[in-house]
Amino acid sequence: MSLQTTLRKINDFPADLIQRRRDKRRKRLIDEKGKQLLVASQWQLIRWKFARHKLAMASLFLLGIMYLAAIFAEFVSPYDPRSFREQYAMAPPQRIRFFDPHEGRFHLRPFVYSITRQLDPDTWQVTFEEDRTEKQFIRFFVRGSQYRLMNIPFLEGNLRLFGVEEGIISLLGNDTRGRDLFSRIVHGSRISLTVGLLGIAISFFVGVLIGGLSGYFGGLLDVIIQRVIEAIKAIPTIPLWMALSVALPIHWPLTRVYFFIVLILSIIGWTGVARVVRGKFLSLRTEDFVTAAELDGASTGRLIFRYMLPSFYSYVIARLTLEVPAMILGETALSFLGLGLQAPAISWGVMLKDAQHIRVLANAPWMLLPGLFVFIAILAFNFVGDGLRDAADPYSNI
Amino acid sequence: MLDFLMRRMLLMIPTLFIVSGISFFVIQAPPGDFVTAHVQRLEDRGQIVDREAIEAMRARYGLDQPAHVQYVRWIRSMFRGDLGMSFDWGAPVSRVIARRIPNSLIISLFSFLFVYAVAIPIGMLSATRQYSVADYFFTFVAFVGLGIPNFLFALVMLWVVYSMTGQVLIGLFSAEYVDAAWSWARFMDMLRHVWIPAIIVGTAGTAKIVRVMRASLLDELQKPYVMVARAKGLSRSHVNYKYPFRIAINPVVSTIGWTLPSLITGEMLVSLVLGLPTLAPIFLRALQMQDMYLAGGIVFVLTLLTLLGTLISDILLGWIDPRIRFSSM
Repeated sequence: MSLQTTLRKINDFPADLIQRRRDKRRKRLIDEKGKQLLVASQWQLIRWKFARHKLAMASLFLLGIMYLAAIFAEFVSPYDPRSFREQYAMAPPQRIRFFDPHEGRFHLRPFVYSITRQLDPDTWQVTFEEDRTEKQFIRFFVRGSQYRLMNIPFLEGNLRLFGVEEGIISLLGNDTRGRDLFSRIVHGSRISLTVGLLGIAISFFVGVLIGGLSGYFGGLLDVIIQRVIEAIKAIPTIPLWMALSVALPIHWPLTRVYFFIVLILSIIGWTGVARVVRGKFLSLRTEDFVTAAELDGASTGRLIFRYMLPSFYSYVIARLTLEVPAMILGETALSFLGLGLQAPAISWGVMLKDAQHIRVLANAPWMLLPGLFVFIAILAFNFVGDGLRDAADPYSNI
Repeated sequence: MLDFLMRRMLLMIPTLFIVSGISFFVIQAPPGDFVTAHVQRLEDRGQIVDREAIEAMRARYGLDQPAHVQYVRWIRSMFRGDLGMSFDWGAPVSRVIARRIPNSLIISLFSFLFVYAVAIPIGMLSATRQYSVADYFFTFVAFVGLGIPNFLFALVMLWVVYSMTGQVLIGLFSAEYVDAAWSWARFMDMLRHVWIPAIIVGTAGTAKIVRVMRASLLDELQKPYVMVARAKGLSRSHVNYKYPFRIAINPVVSTIGWTLPSLITGEMLVSLVLGLPTLAPIFLRALQMQDMYLAGGIVFVLTLLTLLGTLISDILLGWIDPRIRFSSM
């Protein structure tokens, strides 16, 4: 028995277990894919590695559903997010049932009980009573109010994913003005979920450009750029974002405000990318394959875009995914403070702003639900980012 | 070490200079200035303000000068330790900030202590008992902490406290101490209140540092020297505390550099939600009122704190890690 195995027997080090498990997995992968692994492209390798990250895959799936719902928001939501029905103001979330204890019968089609508004004559407290005798079956693919999908003129329709024939269906309750919270959350995801993606797209391009300039040309330009990046990074994010978003005029149209908010959020994001890109450029410049290409007479542009960039941009993108949560958070926080998007716009932050008064919170705690969606989105992006980073790292174990 | 420190401090000067420029022009950016905002408010109340008075006011505050002249004037006075006048408060910016900054600092400091006091032991536990129930539990809690924005957490806490006790505000002081001058009793009273905001501010940071601690200790535990030390008969806890832990703590110490800014940022949002008397509410008000010297001063002071934080983390790293102390001087 060698010393190594003896030591292994004495110590049941978890680290050892991981190594063994990893070896086994690697063997299996080679067996399965055989020689495929040796000839697979970089992207294929990344895909395979990512697919093994269970939590990241599940998160990606969840995000896929959320983005689909955001695209087809009008279809998914049962009501117009801006239509309010005062008589159902602050109605609580309804429970979806299959079993009716009143009749003692089980229904395959889910239903909700009708709710009616009651006013306590003494306290003026509004409550909602379930009418146990009146069931409203949930119908799928119903005709609802007219809408225009994503405001595109020829995509008009009135087909909704689900709805009830009479009364209301409020999966997540209603807000203080009787607007359906579920519909609003689905519509709000259009802004809240795209801010991050657009933000990292901008951060990526600006970061690669400036980082590339800084790393490739070096010298005084490099020194200046690095100083500026350091200064921007030193300013705490929220105060900087707050100061910038105050500058947006109130009378601006929504789309312009949205675009500028994204720009503001990217102001910090690009600095990280620029740092990484600069570092990579500095180290790649002395690599043999770059020198070879240079001696081969490749132009500067070709050198950068054909040889240097492809060797690390997957890593940069993966790293950027981890920036998305901060941007989603930024938009939510700014809108919540009333500095970002304002009321006619619907985003999760704008919705949470309505929930900040304790009176509202005490009577309608479900108005915090947009926060739950922020939470889910942030977590999912964190997992996907972790998975991508591991997958895009060429030096990690397969 | 001294040499290293000097160089670090010198590097801070150009950074601060650029920061001052950025914050000044950011705050200059909105159309109009404090006087237009002020006149607007007066007119909303139905008062009529004549043009001459407006111009006189502008001249008094130096707002009639072009932006770069105002900036140079601001910078020049800053060298004398004067951050300018707050139009809105009618008092020197430094005094307005000084009145509120202890509250901000105490919350940040306590959440800082909370973050590291909680994260390091949990990270160690998770790493030494990898894949145990405790590890899974704390990993889960850490993920929850990571996903929940702290202003949302503050809202939820507000609701929880309200529905449990019927109290509307968490606050920083009991009623009798709110306006009192600083005293021992007031300080003790604050300690009784500060832990709620401190924990709220600290959750996300704790979650991140648990992950850093766990990952770096796991890396270290895999190294052969640990195995050898165990093989020689040292007890597990003895080995862990003596060697891998001391090395694994380095990445955690280097996180201080980014924890501090995130705590300062988090503190601002949480204070706004909970209505705490810190720098945050006056900053928001200053922004809305276009009280630019005050807003600029606050950004500047916060940045200074951040830079000091990174400096402290660098010093700490050099202090606990001889490799850094002796090499990159």
